[in-house]
Amino acid sequence: MTACHEPASVLIERLSNGETTSLDLTEACLSEIASHDGAVGAFLHVACDSARQAAESIDRRRAAGEPLGRLAGLPVAVKDVLVTRDQPTTCGSRMLEGWIPPYDAHTVEKLRDADAVLIGKTNMDEFAMGSTTENSAFGPTRTPWQLDCVAGGSSGGSAAAVSAGFAPLAVGSDTGGSIRQPASFCGVVGLKPTYGRVSRYGLVAYASSLDQVGPFARDVTGAALLLEVLAGHDRRDGTSVDQPVPSYGEQLEQPVEGLRIGICPEHFGEGLDPEVRETVERALDVYRSLGAAVEEIALPHARFAVACYYLVAPSEASSNLARYDGIHYGRRTDDHDGLIEMYSNSRGAAFGTEVKRRIMLGTYALSAGYYDAYYLKAQKVRRLIQQDYSQAFADVDVIASPVAPTPAVRLGQLTDDPLQMYLADTYTISANLAGLPGISIPAGFSQDGRPIGLQLLANSFTEDRLLRAAAMHERETDWHLATPTLSGDASS
Amino acid sequence: MTSPTTIIGLEVHVQLQTRTKIFCGCANRFNPDEPNVQTCPVCLGLPGALPVMNRRALELSVRAGLALSGTIADLTKWDRKQYYYPDLPKAYQISQYDLPFCQGGHLDVDVEQDDGEIESRRIRLIRVHLEEDAGKNLHDESGRGGESRVDLNRAGTPLLEIVSEPDIGSATEARRYLEEIRLLMIYLGVSDCNMQEGSLRCDANVNLEIPTADDESIRTPIVEVKNLNSFRGVEAALIHEIARQQQEFEQCGGVYTDTAKQTRGWDADRGVTFAQRGKEEASDYRYFPDPDLLPVSFSDEWIELQRAELCEPPADRRRRFVSELELSDYDAGVLVDQGRETADYFEAVATACGDAKRAANWVTQDVLRELNERQETIGNFPIDAQGLATLLGMITSGELTTRSGREVFSSLMDRKGGDGSIAERIANIVEECGLSAVADSGALETVIDAVISRNEKAAEDFRGGKDAAIGKLIGEVMREAGGADPNVVRETLIARLRP
Repeated sequence: MTACHEPASVLIERLSNGETTSLDLTEACLSEIASHDGAVGAFLHVACDSARQAAESIDRRRAAGEPLGRLAGLPVAVKDVLVTRDQPTTCGSRMLEGWIPPYDAHTVEKLRDADAVLIGKTNMDEFAMGSTTENSAFGPTRTPWQLDCVAGGSSGGSAAAVSAGFAPLAVGSDTGGSIRQPASFCGVVGLKPTYGRVSRYGLVAYASSLDQVGPFARDVTGAALLLEVLAGHDRRDGTSVDQPVPSYGEQLEQPVEGLRIGICPEHFGEGLDPEVRETVERALDVYRSLGAAVEEIALPHARFAVACYYLVAPSEASSNLARYDGIHYGRRTDDHDGLIEMYSNSRGAAFGTEVKRRIMLGTYALSAGYYDAYYLKAQKVRRLIQQDYSQAFADVDVIASPVAPTPAVRLGQLTDDPLQMYLADTYTISANLAGLPGISIPAGFSQDGRPIGLQLLANSFTEDRLLRAAAMHERETDWHLATPTLSGDASS
Repeated sequence: MTSPTTIIGLEVHVQLQTRTKIFCGCANRFNPDEPNVQTCPVCLGLPGALPVMNRRALELSVRAGLALSGTIADLTKWDRKQYYYPDLPKAYQISQYDLPFCQGGHLDVDVEQDDGEIESRRIRLIRVHLEEDAGKNLHDESGRGGESRVDLNRAGTPLLEIVSEPDIGSATEARRYLEEIRLLMIYLGVSDCNMQEGSLRCDANVNLEIPTADDESIRTPIVEVKNLNSFRGVEAALIHEIARQQQEFEQCGGVYTDTAKQTRGWDADRGVTFAQRGKEEASDYRYFPDPDLLPVSFSDEWIELQRAELCEPPADRRRRFVSELELSDYDAGVLVDQGRETADYFEAVATACGDAKRAANWVTQDVLRELNERQETIGNFPIDAQGLATLLGMITSGELTTRSGREVFSSLMDRKGGDGSIAERIANIVEECGLSAVADSGALETVIDAVISRNEKAAEDFRGGKDAAIGKLIGEVMREAGGADPNVVRETLIARLRP
């Protein structure tokens, strides 16, 4: 275990009292990456030079007694779906290979303003489409706990980076579970905020009405701290909500008085791995032991969530990804005769199979004559799902469930069966359709040592309560303290 | 058998004169000489960039909708119209599909008929919506097959689309409708409607209903003529297209193999429309609501605020100039069609000098001539409304003759008369040039007495009832008195000879 395996709050403490420097911390992370990322595959780009420069500059400013940001000197990894000025942003796609954005995403600006050290860009399923990071054009990310298993996805690189000790904090994005599910597979904390809580400006769009940026951390405190930095109104995103950002970290120690936890019987039915079920039930017992009430709630339309999602998300994706036409930036094939061929050959060559599959699904669903039956109908179902949740949250503070039906799957296990892959999103997707915040926290391991997470969902803009509820479990357990052992790990 | 009926509907595109583009902070300015300098991640359609609605564009749009008597929607939203083209960097245009911000409405247009009579025609509107303009593809026109280039300076310019019902009955009516829309938009401050710069563009849908021998009629297939960028172009293209459809009808005997709507372009140089694309290439735009832009609902209070910003529309102003100020239709038209500032200038002169007809004569002739010669706008005219009113007042009161007034006018134009107030400058010019009318009745009467005594015969003839005889007397008095007002001379002579 190295310094990088320590939780963010501990590292910030050490930085501020002079026990360590940002440069030391950055070098430790870079060294871990150099030793082990070949096996894990968390990063698409490691910003060694600029990270060292930023670390040195922050150390100098600290020495000079200048005021510093919330994350001063802390290495943070950023999913390659967020644009970074002067650093490549590929979205895990050949289409954007070599493209250097001329601007920073809002969240990247926030990280820079907080004096974080941007250590690199993390691997992901191409354009965030996938649940295993196997759809990356640049190779998969593996969970540091078992290198023959996937890290989950689509933010697999960010989850694995935190788990492997490559960075104490990482940023991901979640459209149907893409933060929570890899957090579960990698044994870290991952939070998807309320839709509108964090600006999407500079987040390369997959499904605009579902996408949300959120934090990964080793513990709930770290997630709360990073969320505080990322959240807030941004005039450049019309769907960003102008609401003050609470001090999530300050309230964390305070348990939710008379916590009421809802569980939905359908979440514990067919298809759920017994070890995952046991893990979630054990977590519920922890809450019961703290005096929480666990009660059944009804989410009658939850069973339509996957179908609904796979109409809404591909429809928006088909439109959002139309701009990659080889004209203005990105990959353009030389093999073409005329404009139409330039479009189709460039897109045909540069997009991977899953991206093409979803573009075709969405194009079909939006076509004249099908729009009403598919996209419009899906939006109506989406509203029913939202209503289910607002009714449920009248009675409970949070809803607990598994994050995914299984722990991390082996590489290649689901790649030939897209439908099975889609169904694995069943527990996470509703939160995106309803715009709700959700968190995945470490809750146990399978017998063979793969992490298993617990998902908690809460009502819109109640991240404070969600984090407090998550912290209650964390205080009673030590799952979040476990760290994976990577082969050849000299420090372990 | 009656003659064919022409059926025309226009889709007019008006660029809004906002400071910034519709979804980003880039300057909204015509700038073809420096391609791609007015761009940012948003209007370049870069990955991750998001649109944010320009409030000013919404305000101007709603004002236009209100001025066109349309119904402003309670709730409006934006949709993506998806197609691939190099000048469209997102591969979709943010437009409005099923919930435009304004529905219905109409515009009344005065159209001169074949018999010279002016008839007011009401053109109903289907809808008005707000969308973003695309960029511009620049092709190598040297014939050497060079690369095409894309300029995105124009991408994201707010664009109003005004869609009429097929209520327009002739090419002339179409031109008049377009002229009246242009004038209204300029009056409202919604657009500069500069047609050379493409701020006002139009597509026309046209077909004919041709009566047949059996009292039935056949409609020719609808043709959309694209990219008509001048008034003359609209009229000429439609005249050509109407004749072409008539001819085609006669050739095929009204039996069409393909009745689908056809898109044609307009070749202004050759004066013909030409086929662009047919049905087989008809697009499915896959419209769907843009998830990046929230729907907008307008409160009644906000709509009333926009209504309060409206000005008197040009058509009402023409009518008022005729009914209240007793101008001719022609003068009212000339003044109003010059634009709001000129009409305001005229009205200020008319009110201040109390003689609207004289004000109209001077503004339509002297002022407009000078503006034309100097290629100036009324805002930079050297004589302000108060100055011209003062001058015209002096003519009305007889202090100056019309001819002297014109001399003072041109001296004022040359910025003569010193640095004082306009009244002082006029006084100086009158003094320097000896233009003062002989308003001193004593002096005038001395001259009149002398002229009568020299022209006893003419004086006798006039006393005896021969009215024409007074002309000679007036002429001599005018010559002798120099600067006298002919009306005053006439009246004084009459009073003297026929007391």
